[in-house]
Amino acid sequence: MNIIEVKELSRKFGKLTAVDKVSFQVAEGEIFGFLGPNGAGKTTTINMLCTLLNPTSGSATINGFDIVKQRAEVRCSIGLVFQEPTLDEYLSAEQNLRFHAYAYGIPANIREKRITELLELVELAERRKSKVRTFSGGMKRRLEIARGLLHSPKVLFMDEPTLGLDPQTRRHIWDYINTLRRQNRLTIFLTTHYMDEAENCDRISIIDHGHIIALDTPDRLKDAMGGDVVTLKAANNQAAAEELKTKFGLSPVLQNGNITFSIPQGEKFLPKLMENFQTQLVSIGIRRPTLDDVFLKLTGRAIRDSEAGEREMMKSFMMRRGGH
Amino acid sequence: MSDILRGTWVVSYRELLRFLTERSRLFSSIFMPLVFFAIFGAGFNNIIGNLSPGIDFIKFVYPGIIAQSVLQSSIFSGISIVWDREFGFLKEILVAPLGRSGIVLGKVLGSAAIALMQAIIMLILAPFIKISLTPLMIAQLIPVLILISISLSGLGVLIASRMRSQQGFQVVIQIIIFPMMFLSGIFFPVNNVPTWMEVISKVNPVTYGVDAIRQIFLGSSISVAGPTGNPIGVTVFGHTMTMGQDLLIVAMIGAILLSLAIWAFSRQE
Repeated sequence: MNIIEVKELSRKFGKLTAVDKVSFQVAEGEIFGFLGPNGAGKTTTINMLCTLLNPTSGSATINGFDIVKQRAEVRCSIGLVFQEPTLDEYLSAEQNLRFHAYAYGIPANIREKRITELLELVELAERRKSKVRTFSGGMKRRLEIARGLLHSPKVLFMDEPTLGLDPQTRRHIWDYINTLRRQNRLTIFLTTHYMDEAENCDRISIIDHGHIIALDTPDRLKDAMGGDVVTLKAANNQAAAEELKTKFGLSPVLQNGNITFSIPQGEKFLPKLMENFQTQLVSIGIRRPTLDDVFLKLTGRAIRDSEAGEREMMKSFMMRRGGH
Repeated sequence: MSDILRGTWVVSYRELLRFLTERSRLFSSIFMPLVFFAIFGAGFNNIIGNLSPGIDFIKFVYPGIIAQSVLQSSIFSGISIVWDREFGFLKEILVAPLGRSGIVLGKVLGSAAIALMQAIIMLILAPFIKISLTPLMIAQLIPVLILISISLSGLGVLIASRMRSQQGFQVVIQIIIFPMMFLSGIFFPVNNVPTWMEVISKVNPVTYGVDAIRQIFLGSSISVAGPTGNPIGVTVFGHTMTMGQDLLIVAMIGAILLSLAIWAFSRQE
């Protein structure tokens, strides 16, 4: 059974189409990742799925419940960890969890036990009585994960769960995610723009300008690149790119003063290239493809390059609307 | 229906929890009315004679300060929504399976409970200024304060439901709340003032709340004409308002504000 079913979901903000006819399914127990630059429509999609935002058109169900018509049922089926903190900083860790338990109607006889269990899972049991404003960014995020799981949801949504955290904390959070999935058959839907993080997902959907441009397992996405990635730098990149096109029938991409292209069995191709290449080469490298290469190939630009521009665009757009 | 009830109780529970755990807020909510009372009472009492037979300025302003503390804590319920939005906690409330109207009612009832606590603290002062409290007065005061607080919290939530930043809310406080506070009969009777001021005061719902509280404390003496020829009670077209009429006006305006607040809050995405 598919725990999440999305059909042609769209959302417009005035003239801007933030999410454009997106369709996908997520199976129970899957870790499903939304990968894309900021402003690609990841958060808008999550907000629609968690009933915070109405779709302009299209439909979606979570745990069999319609996100527009059965909001209360959807809300009980999902847990959320947002990009920005949503804790009451003036209350203690325990009080935040207790508020959540009351809000979701968790029966009194299991409430305190669940709170203790989850605080132990995220290693905050010793700080349960401390005010949240004394917590570090990583601790807050861990507390939010505990809170998102308190009402035993079927799907945990995490919007950039490790944004702004140090690598150690990020790894820690990934350990929790994997434990949870093993123990409870929990489905996890996350958005990220970290490539290495996306590698942890069972399936990834790459999203850009509100469209899903690819959806598969990380391995198959990389395999579809057609082999290894060669990055080279020439005295004259234009001429080198032209030569790669005509002489070897490749489709090189120029980016940040480098030329990249993919080729099967790259280690055998390199000697051939060196022998016959006319343009003077400065450097050359070869590696297994990453998801960044996949994104680069599909959109013609790297995720990180597209970020700044889009963020500015979203920001000025938001300001015109008067806030978020 | 159950999600509306749960929303009401969860949100009001948190309002009270926050109020009791935040010492600075607890302190200022008790201290501010006392400061107002001490300054205005001590400052004006000797230069202003009796406003009405047997009613000096301190006796006059005391019920007003109680009303002012109710106004303050009711409007604060609005600010707390704006805060929650800025600090993200509002999202936690909005994605929970809670009815939107329940969330508004929870805010309103929570702030009514806080207003009531503040007012009760103010009652401790009554013996010092020779106002004798009777059980009947307290029994009347409690529902009246709750009614006024619910009405004014409706206004606070209505303003806050579309407001994105605290700065915006500060501006609103200056252009709406301060006039509402000063032109309500809290600090001076609204019958001997220039016409423009009288008109504003008499469309201000706070005026009727203040008058109702004052009638509980001062009884019928407020409809007796003072040295200026006017009573200190509120008169509308020559008719001196009774407490029942005051409360009816507060309740009607409150019902409108609360409905608008629920509507505005539910519409947001």
